[in-house]
Amino acid sequence: MTELTHLTIADALKGLEKKDFTATELTKAHVDAMAAAKSLNAFVTETPELAMRQAAESDKRRAAGKAGPLDGIPLAIKDLFCTKGVRTTASSHMLENFVPTYESTVSANLFRDGAVMLGKTSLDEFAMGSSNTTSYFGNVINPWKSGNGKDLVPGGSSGGSAAIVAARAAMGATGTDTGGSIRQPAAFCGIAGIKPTYGRCSRWGVIAFASSLDQAGVFARTTRDCAILLKSAAGFDPKDSTSANKPVPDYEAALTGNIKGLKVGIPKEYNVEGMPEEIARIWQQGTEWLKDSGAQIVDVSLPHTKYALATYYIIAPAEASSNLARYDGVRYGLREPGNDLREVYENTRAKGFGDEVKRRIMIGTYVLSAGYYDAYYIKAQKVRRLIAEDFTKAFQQCEVLLTPTAPSAAFAIGENQDDPIKMYLNDVFTVPASMAGVPGMSVPAGLNADGLPLGLQIIGRPWEEETVFRVSDVIEQKAAFTALPQTLRKKAA
Amino acid sequence: MDKDTVRKVAGLARIRMNDAELEAMALKLGKIMGFVEQLGEINTDNVAPLASVVDIDLRLREDKVTDGNCVDDVLANAPEKTQGFFVVPKIVE
Repeated sequence: MTELTHLTIADALKGLEKKDFTATELTKAHVDAMAAAKSLNAFVTETPELAMRQAAESDKRRAAGKAGPLDGIPLAIKDLFCTKGVRTTASSHMLENFVPTYESTVSANLFRDGAVMLGKTSLDEFAMGSSNTTSYFGNVINPWKSGNGKDLVPGGSSGGSAAIVAARAAMGATGTDTGGSIRQPAAFCGIAGIKPTYGRCSRWGVIAFASSLDQAGVFARTTRDCAILLKSAAGFDPKDSTSANKPVPDYEAALTGNIKGLKVGIPKEYNVEGMPEEIARIWQQGTEWLKDSGAQIVDVSLPHTKYALATYYIIAPAEASSNLARYDGVRYGLREPGNDLREVYENTRAKGFGDEVKRRIMIGTYVLSAGYYDAYYIKAQKVRRLIAEDFTKAFQQCEVLLTPTAPSAAFAIGENQDDPIKMYLNDVFTVPASMAGVPGMSVPAGLNADGLPLGLQIIGRPWEEETVFRVSDVIEQKAAFTALPQTLRKKAA
Repeated sequence: MDKDTVRKVAGLARIRMNDAELEAMALKLGKIMGFVEQLGEINTDNVAPLASVVDIDLRLREDKVTDGNCVDDVLANAPEKTQGFFVVPKIVE
């Protein structure tokens, strides 16, 4: 039954409908694959019994002719989405024993449509990181290996979700993206992932990092599967004040393969100094594929690109310091004793948060403190407007932008660790779209000389995920990316 | 960034740090703040700050009770509780 784990979601739904196999068989195959992929450490909490129960219910629904659009599809849920009765940790010691009494809207939407939950995937602590090396529960390991056999990071923050989908132990997964946390791990793990427009997916029940940037999205191995998942995950939610009251289109219907005459912008500022040749080459290749498919290539400029990272590293920590003030050892989460209330706070937060989270809370507290607020925080908000306006202007000349997703392939665990700036540079191509709130998607485009996947990013106009999907699908067809992570090839042989 | 500034910020953020931690933090925060200094290059004199990318007004809803009576749910994850309340160290002598 192992071949079931190699199906796409689209094909699995067909197979379930034709009764080629049951949801129970499909889920069991993935539960077995999870056990085989244990060494990746992709899950904080596995829920195989729950998955098998949900699969049995799904089979009953299908037999009764009441199957939903995702019925019986086994998914992994990032451990930042609150799941009722299933521990939700944000990969932090602070929430190690937190069991929500409510369900996030995005996961509730997926379950409403029949999805099966395999477990809760690891992430960088509180989604702060680009390597999944800041989790309290240990590093997640990328199923892809470099030539010298070293363990690589899966990217972050949604590293567990990306790794487990790449390892064929989940058909898809949820993620969240604040500055690249879906797109960069998708690229590092050779799968597809989309961060939709800010406001498309509800943030309700998603543990907050930087609320003006946080956006939920999905991972899968194909563009079509991402389109199917996003259709279920997205939608208006009165419980999120920034949720958009807009109808959710049928994203799958947008995959026409036809991009004739579509204007694709190539932003010259993404040609950053010191960009590795393999990244420049795959970008060029992607541009040619789109041109061959009838798209019109347009040179555009996003002049404030180089300031996006610095802006992000003021705004995101500022919002984080405010959001994470709630972890005080009183209402939920860890509590460390102290002689008075202030000591309880200080001891709890010293023990409960890891280094990177503390660093960001400290930056945020500093830039929001009296005397620095205008110089840093307000200044960053002004630059954010300039960055957002860059996109508005560029989208007057083109309908989508094509860029690399990340400035490198997956790197070894431990690399980029000493210098926070070097680690932050991973997000150089993904952060600007987050600042502007526009949709961005990463799609696998090829392998580098070391046999590691590289991704291309498609950025769209606000609310035009359909165009993003259509272009991503065309790249996918041209790239014909069929390579498997080395760890899976061994098993197949 | 000097250690005293970091100590003050750690106090504001309610995170206990010993001297060694303050020093290590000062070094890394210094690097990050040095990196963001580049924003000073941009003229933003006539630019309004952007707080949110969504162009919507906050919605209003009818002023009525929509949930409640869920004390057990609210207290379910409390580190310490008694008789329907959270327990904290004594604040008033």
